[in-house]
Amino acid sequence: MALTTAEVARLAALARIELSEDELARLAPQLEVILESVAQVTEVAGDDVAPMSHPLPLTNVFRADEVRPSLAAEQVLAAAPAVEDERFRVPRILGEGQ
Amino acid sequence: MSLKPYEEVLEAYDPALGLEVHVELNTASKMFCGCSTEFGAAPNTHTCPVCLGLPGALPVVNAKAVESVIRIGLALNCSIATWCRFARKNYFYPDMPKNFQTSQYDEPICFDGWTEVEVDGVTYRVEIERVHMEEDAGKLTHIGGSTGRIQGADHSLLDYNRAGVPLMEIVTKPVLGTGAAAPKVARAYMTQLRELLRALGVSDVRMEQGSLRCDANVSLAPKGSDVLGTRTETKNVNSLRSVERALTYEIQRQGEVLAAGGRVLQETRHWHEDAGHTSPGRSKEQAEDYRYFPEPDLVPIAPAAEWVEELRGTLPEPPAQRRRRLVAEWGFTELELRDVIGSGSLDLIADTVDAGASPAAARKWWSGDLARRANAAGVELEEIGITPAQVAELQSLIEDGTINDKLARQVIDGVLAGEGSPAEVVEARGLAVVSDDGALAEAVDAAIAANPEVADRIRGGKVQAAGALIGQVMKAMRGQADAARVRELIMERLG
Repeated sequence: MALTTAEVARLAALARIELSEDELARLAPQLEVILESVAQVTEVAGDDVAPMSHPLPLTNVFRADEVRPSLAAEQVLAAAPAVEDERFRVPRILGEGQ
Repeated sequence: MSLKPYEEVLEAYDPALGLEVHVELNTASKMFCGCSTEFGAAPNTHTCPVCLGLPGALPVVNAKAVESVIRIGLALNCSIATWCRFARKNYFYPDMPKNFQTSQYDEPICFDGWTEVEVDGVTYRVEIERVHMEEDAGKLTHIGGSTGRIQGADHSLLDYNRAGVPLMEIVTKPVLGTGAAAPKVARAYMTQLRELLRALGVSDVRMEQGSLRCDANVSLAPKGSDVLGTRTETKNVNSLRSVERALTYEIQRQGEVLAAGGRVLQETRHWHEDAGHTSPGRSKEQAEDYRYFPEPDLVPIAPAAEWVEELRGTLPEPPAQRRRRLVAEWGFTELELRDVIGSGSLDLIADTVDAGASPAAARKWWSGDLARRANAAGVELEEIGITPAQVAELQSLIEDGTINDKLARQVIDGVLAGEGSPAEVVEARGLAVVSDDGALAEAVDAAIAANPEVADRIRGGKVQAAGALIGQVMKAMRGQADAARVRELIMERLG
């Protein structure tokens, strides 16, 4: 399972991260090491072993529908890089191809 | 762009519908944390580490939300999963501070259901593919663009109060075989879904506030073909009326594209309510781009069969059965029933009857005068500005002789203009029927004196000639007289 630089570039674009050609070339083999490590699991998993997404044998952990105190707006916005009208201010959002 | 006439498109093509409906549940707290879901609070005052996605914060599922979704699934005749998980839908857009939405992917909690809707006396079956749980996103406000839209905006502001509010999505399978009725079937489905959700008590179902939202998909296939055409998905469809209008527009637009030898692009389109057309939106990301994977922070949900059966016992009467029962109780004809369903006034009539009006009177106002006014004003019937209790009050004013039908229409004008209850409008506008026989008698005598030939004809037995005199008296009284009483007074003098 070889990871191509094109695939890394696509992941980077989805994550809105700009990577140079050098970085793409360097990261592809590094990410591949991670994928290969994970792939080893598939070698030991037989048809009789269900894929596991949770280590705990638990289901139905619920909470009652009760309102709990929220944070104060000052606390919420304290760490925001930019605030306007009590709201988080973010840079212009660019669509596909913009 | 130019549009193909609707009838011409339907001669050549069969539309296939698909409806994706998002419903905000009316729980008190959010899906995965205890923040309030109340609408309209000051920005970012209903947020906490969980719904802000702060590191280390752990979500816990709201039991009431799961219960609501199972009840909806059961009401839509779905199977309920015995075991299912949440999934992360990863995307980079600032409306979710976590950079993913907690949703369900290939393991929806409810699946394979159906419901039946009626349009002009024909029953259509709508198959439900799935009902799944997820969470709503925050609210973006775009600043600096000329129209407040994302295009041309300088920057955007975020209020995360809505982020994490319990949401469920109801997805239909392709709805085929509706022909020219397709937009009406979509509207009837939405109307019925709203009635059902209201009867279940699981959502406020306010389309204008966004607690009920519809993405309307439609494609065209050449008549007789069993291959579906390329579909478009229209968003921003914020009222029952616009569901029907947007689909009618898209069918005509696609018909024009195909007739010109073009190809329909698979895309998301945006409905513009005022201009009455759709425009292309953000190009649709491929499903795998969301890189769904099972949510590691939430354990699976495995509804016990006993719990599901217990919830089944709490379901309201199915919509079709309720329609049949109410209409039988009310004694409406088949045609009257169609008017009621077509105008979406069933619930309003039921509430008006509960408030004391007769079914016939409640139907007359809601399916008639008020439906016409709502249509002319381009608003939903229930947002027109008069409540069922006020309509019942109006009718009782007619029945006790305070006003007549004609004056009642002026009273409605006043209520819709925000002048208060019907009784208050009657008082403020001085609309009550003149019951003072002295003033009426004077007007009757004046009319007789002014029309001696008419009076002679009535004396000679031509009773129907009285209509001319009644009209004159009503005019002199500016409509504020009881026509039956006027006739009595005339006949007393000339009969």
